[in-house]
Amino acid sequence: MLRDITLGQYYPGESLIHKLDPRIKILATFIFIIELFLITEFIQYLWILLFLGMVIIISGVPLKFMLKGLQPLMIIIILTFGINIFMTKGEVLWTLGPLNITREGLHQALFMGSRLILLIIGSSVLTLTTKPIKLTDGIEKLLNPFKKIGLPAHELAMMMTIALRFIPTLLEETDKIMKAQMARGADFESGNLLKRAKSLIPLLVPLFISAFRRADELAMAMEARCYRGGENRTRMHELEFHYKDIIAFLVVLCLLGIIVWQRLR
Amino acid sequence: MNNMIEIKDLTFEYNREEDGKNIPALSGVDLNIEKGSFTAVIGHNGSGKSTLAKNMNALLLPSGGKVYVNGYDTADESKLWHIRQAAGMVFQNPDNQLVSAIVEDDIAFGPENLGIEPGEIKKRVKESLQAVGMYDYRKKAPHLLSGGQKQRIAIAGVIAMRPECIIFDEPTAMLDPYGRKEVMDTIRKLNKEEGITIILITHFMDEAALADRIVVIDEGKIALDGTPKSVFVQVEKLRKIGLEVPIVTEIAFRLRNKGIHVPEDIISLEEMVNYLCQ
Ligand SMILES: Nc1ncnc2c1ncn2[C@@H]1O[C@H](COP(=O)(O)OP(=O)(O)O)[C@@H](O)[C@H]1O
Ligand SMILES: [Mg+2]
Repeated sequence: MLRDITLGQYYPGESLIHKLDPRIKILATFIFIIELFLITEFIQYLWILLFLGMVIIISGVPLKFMLKGLQPLMIIIILTFGINIFMTKGEVLWTLGPLNITREGLHQALFMGSRLILLIIGSSVLTLTTKPIKLTDGIEKLLNPFKKIGLPAHELAMMMTIALRFIPTLLEETDKIMKAQMARGADFESGNLLKRAKSLIPLLVPLFISAFRRADELAMAMEARCYRGGENRTRMHELEFHYKDIIAFLVVLCLLGIIVWQRLR
Repeated sequence: MNNMIEIKDLTFEYNREEDGKNIPALSGVDLNIEKGSFTAVIGHNGSGKSTLAKNMNALLLPSGGKVYVNGYDTADESKLWHIRQAAGMVFQNPDNQLVSAIVEDDIAFGPENLGIEPGEIKKRVKESLQAVGMYDYRKKAPHLLSGGQKQRIAIAGVIAMRPECIIFDEPTAMLDPYGRKEVMDTIRKLNKEEGITIILITHFMDEAALADRIVVIDEGKIALDGTPKSVFVQVEKLRKIGLEVPIVTEIAFRLRNKGIHVPEDIISLEEMVNYLCQ
């Protein structure tokens, strides 16, 4: 059912990783991604695996949940793998009809595939161990310095909060409208692309109308609850750095150091 | 000062762009709401109930006349946040008034807007959730709750701001009978135990019968105003306005028409049973 897709896919827990400051986790995830792109040799993935393995074990989130994040992106992974394995020129190992699999291609495919998989798992750690509200708070705080150049940090974070709140509601509604239209003989599944796109109109029109009505009512309700933007607003859970955050950040920087050093050598 | 809300000769017109004509949604409304009271407002669709409610906490400002909340003029912009904190509001659709994906974060939204310090917010979140009996659900996502539960969360979100008065705009209209009862029990408890002034807009007559006072709105004007008994005996007038009366009152009315002497002021099932079985 559609309502099972709770966004943010947060896995509740009390681990050290869960308790780290969201700002540290967001920055660490960025650095982790940079590290992945700096790697040039297979053997270096060992460092990443060691680090990621450690983080996953500490977080207490079952590996099953980590791997779940791969499912929706499977097509991209397979595509990356396929393109690399067949398109790279070099020493031919096997021939499949018009396609050649080369030693270099195999190496490249495994290399890129691993990078992508590690990237997805690495970023799932962030969303699995961070409450949505903490995530948006963290983003707001990190973007705060850019307010000076006109970036609406608070508004962006508020938009994300509301999106996280309403996506399940709107999915549920889509489901309901779809069933209602199907009961009246609407067909969303057959026909060519154009016909299918056309059949979405009776779904999208009521959905948009309802979304605008919701937005209107929500704005009214927020105003009634004294919302007036980010000025003078406090938070129930103020973010603050602790020693563990600094240590965690140092670990990530160390890893970056090792990889950069190996690359420069 | 014993009045929570004072409305003096209130007129309100929506600006209608399509035809340029402004038809008043409210005209010449005079109404005082006493502190600690429980008032129900009834009237058919489009009679101006929601417009009246939104004028009571400065979501709309009068086109003519004055509205005072706790003595503050709603047109005085410097008192806007006092007014909205003192007079909270709960709306009809429980989905469209919850802001956050986790219950306790939603309750914190109002106090956070008021700039209250974190320790106090945590305390208020806990107390508010306990007051509506939803403390066990504090970590849940709102979209997984029932309509009645969502509406209780919305109520908790308002009481976390420590209002003196709460205006409910048809809070049970989208709920099943069980959800309606949950919400009505909560509203009555807030009135009786916490002393919060309640204004309940509803189209369910059995809910209105629970109030101390009923105000009937028709075409933007107050048509009737009094205790539930004194309002519901006017069966014919209510009908003319397009309103039903509670089923018990209806039966009493028909029995009277058939020549059976039933007192006029019976509005609850209990009273009817007591009378008929004596
Ligand atoms: N946003 C609006 N713009 C223009 N007219 C409105 C608006 N909201 C309500 N009205 C009109 O004002 C009148 C009173 O509406 P409302 O207060 O919502 O009534 P009720 O809540 O009793 O159903 C109606 O005639 C309605 O059409
Ligand atoms: Mg209304």
